[in-house]
Amino acid sequence: MAEKIEMPKLSDTMEEGVIAKWNVKEGDKVESGDVIAEVETDKATMEVEVFDGGTVLKILVEEGDAVPLGGVMAVIGDEGEDISDLLEGIGGESEPAEEKKEEKPEEKEKAEEAEEPSVDTEETPEDGRIKASPLARKMAEDKGIELKNVKGSGPEGRIIKRDIEGYKPDEAEKPAAAAVTFESEEAEEIKVSQMRKVIAKRLSESKFTNPHFYETVDIDMEHAIAARGKLNEVSEIKISFNDIVVKACAVALRRHPFVNSSWMDDTIRKHGDVNIAVAVAIDEGLMTPVIKHADKKNLRQISTETRELAGLARDRKLQPEQMEGSTFTISNLGMFGIEEFTAIINPPNACILAVGAIRDVPVVKNGEVVPGKRMKVTLSSDHRIVDGAKAAEFLNTLRQLLENPLAMML
Amino acid sequence: MAELQFREALNEAIDEEMGRDERVFIMGEEVAEYDGAYKVTEGLLDKYGFKRVIDTPISELGFAGIGVGAAMNGLRPIVEFMTFNFAVLAADQIINHASKARYMLGGQLSVPIVFRGPNASAGQLGATHSVAYDSMYAHFPGLSVIYPSEPEDAKGLLKSAIRSDDPVIFMESEQMYGMKGEVSEEEDFIIPIGKAKIKREGEDVTIIASGKMYHIAKQAASQLAKDGVEAEIIDPRTIKPLDIETIVTSVKKTNRCVIVDEAHPFGGLASESGFLIQREAFDYLDAPVQRVTLPDVNAPFSKPLFDQWLPDAKQVIEAVNTVTYRN
Repeated sequence: MAEKIEMPKLSDTMEEGVIAKWNVKEGDKVESGDVIAEVETDKATMEVEVFDGGTVLKILVEEGDAVPLGGVMAVIGDEGEDISDLLEGIGGESEPAEEKKEEKPEEKEKAEEAEEPSVDTEETPEDGRIKASPLARKMAEDKGIELKNVKGSGPEGRIIKRDIEGYKPDEAEKPAAAAVTFESEEAEEIKVSQMRKVIAKRLSESKFTNPHFYETVDIDMEHAIAARGKLNEVSEIKISFNDIVVKACAVALRRHPFVNSSWMDDTIRKHGDVNIAVAVAIDEGLMTPVIKHADKKNLRQISTETRELAGLARDRKLQPEQMEGSTFTISNLGMFGIEEFTAIINPPNACILAVGAIRDVPVVKNGEVVPGKRMKVTLSSDHRIVDGAKAAEFLNTLRQLLENPLAMML
Repeated sequence: MAELQFREALNEAIDEEMGRDERVFIMGEEVAEYDGAYKVTEGLLDKYGFKRVIDTPISELGFAGIGVGAAMNGLRPIVEFMTFNFAVLAADQIINHASKARYMLGGQLSVPIVFRGPNASAGQLGATHSVAYDSMYAHFPGLSVIYPSEPEDAKGLLKSAIRSDDPVIFMESEQMYGMKGEVSEEEDFIIPIGKAKIKREGEDVTIIASGKMYHIAKQAASQLAKDGVEAEIIDPRTIKPLDIETIVTSVKKTNRCVIVDEAHPFGGLASESGFLIQREAFDYLDAPVQRVTLPDVNAPFSKPLFDQWLPDAKQVIEAVNTVTYRN
């Protein structure tokens, strides 16, 4: 009995998976537990195993194509089995769109419809080719108009003379000074990766749904710097400022549970655990591994774990459970010299802390200007959960902890 | 200018050339005593006598052969076919001898002969009497093919044809013989072979049409003008050598082209000029060239079918709408 192999849910936010690689081809024999494909999800590249053995009768998706959750990727069954019924149910959706052919009636010569051998025109609307009449191409070239900016009004979107004549560039495209013209260089279209799609979707959702507000405090880091120096003298693992910020946040979150919450529409969930996600920049985008129970871990544990998770993230080897369950997020751009910035809340968190660089600044102490070390942090909060005063209270606690690191021990 | 019927213009041309050059003579079925099946040779027998206006039996291959031989020997025959549908019987003389003799004999002689007569359909005459042969003869090296649409062109071009040192196929239409038109009264009025004429100026589309199809194109153009579409009509007049320069210049101006051709679609004037246009004016085309031709079907006898079969103004308008993106 043939079985459909459907796209499994490999992470809790996954909506579709891209077939990164097929390990089998049609006709191959597989046994239970064999890894037949690697699937790129929003978070990692995962392996797909089969439960039942058999012969791969049909592969329905090509490498590089996306399949929605539950979408059929392949059919496995007994060799020679008739699977036409099974495939019929799947319908044309899994078939590549390129195979659809369409007649183009308007192109045909009216007087010759019946008797001329007609040329089969394969329509590939997504092959990136811009259809334009030769004249329109030449006119566009002469005028320095890029065809991809022009909307074609001819059959199948063909760009024709009138489209070029009627073309009005957007304000942004207009050169500032008419006198000087620059040769325009070809733009490059990059296929959006699964990760970027997820970043785009989740962060847009967050920014457009959660009413964000921002509060910034400037923290005196002199004691933290001194404490870190002392710690690193005795610790075999190097403690970073980020580790100290994570620890301070964990302690502060314990004291301000509203900041450690999630909006659940009808309820606000005050999380029991303090799980801090740390944003890690990788080549293709951004990942947020989670340090669970951060409030219960010491700096050495936090440091070790952060380093390990960041490494996995860069290699895209993070497992879903290492990315799930965050209650708060920290994004640190201090190492890039960013003084301060605002971050977008990482759902379903209520807040995110944007950490800037430690700067050498003149400060006033006892009426005198002296050199100081300051670090700005900005808390983005979801106003549905956290109000301005609550956010301020959290930030004050955080500041006190960082300005007096010994207090974290309490 | 004088207003003449098409047949009168042809008659004047033959008359003038016979008067000018005594080597010119005409022969064919009924050309002498009956004044021609379509009265093209009216009065010529009286003027030039039986020696130069010769009635032949119904034997196209025979009299075409006599013509080719006479031409090889220095005379300038005009061979009239009652229709080019009958000239297929003489095709061996036209295609194998007239067109090739100069080439095969290394230029030792030439064949200055005109084969003329009506071409293509003329109403319900059935499949064997309705064929347009201009594209077929134009296929052969060594033959010029002329297919005029108006009396003045007919006169000027027939005179050129008679003076040509090489064989010329000169095509007319039963349906156009009575058609009147202004003809230049200029003395010795001549139109050179191989020159197209812009018969209507316009900016929006170029329509190419010769012979009877010119009149279809003209009807279509006047209707299109009511919709604000100005067609430029080019009558090639000479099918071969084709005046592609005039056509390309026009297409570069209008950016769109429709060819109307009373031939079957495969390998005709429409396909040849369509090819040349895409090669010579590729960057100026705003739409694929369209054509209106006969279908790839023999002429039907039935009136309703015949009307469907023959290109008409409506089809031309549809094709123009296609190339101007108006449908």
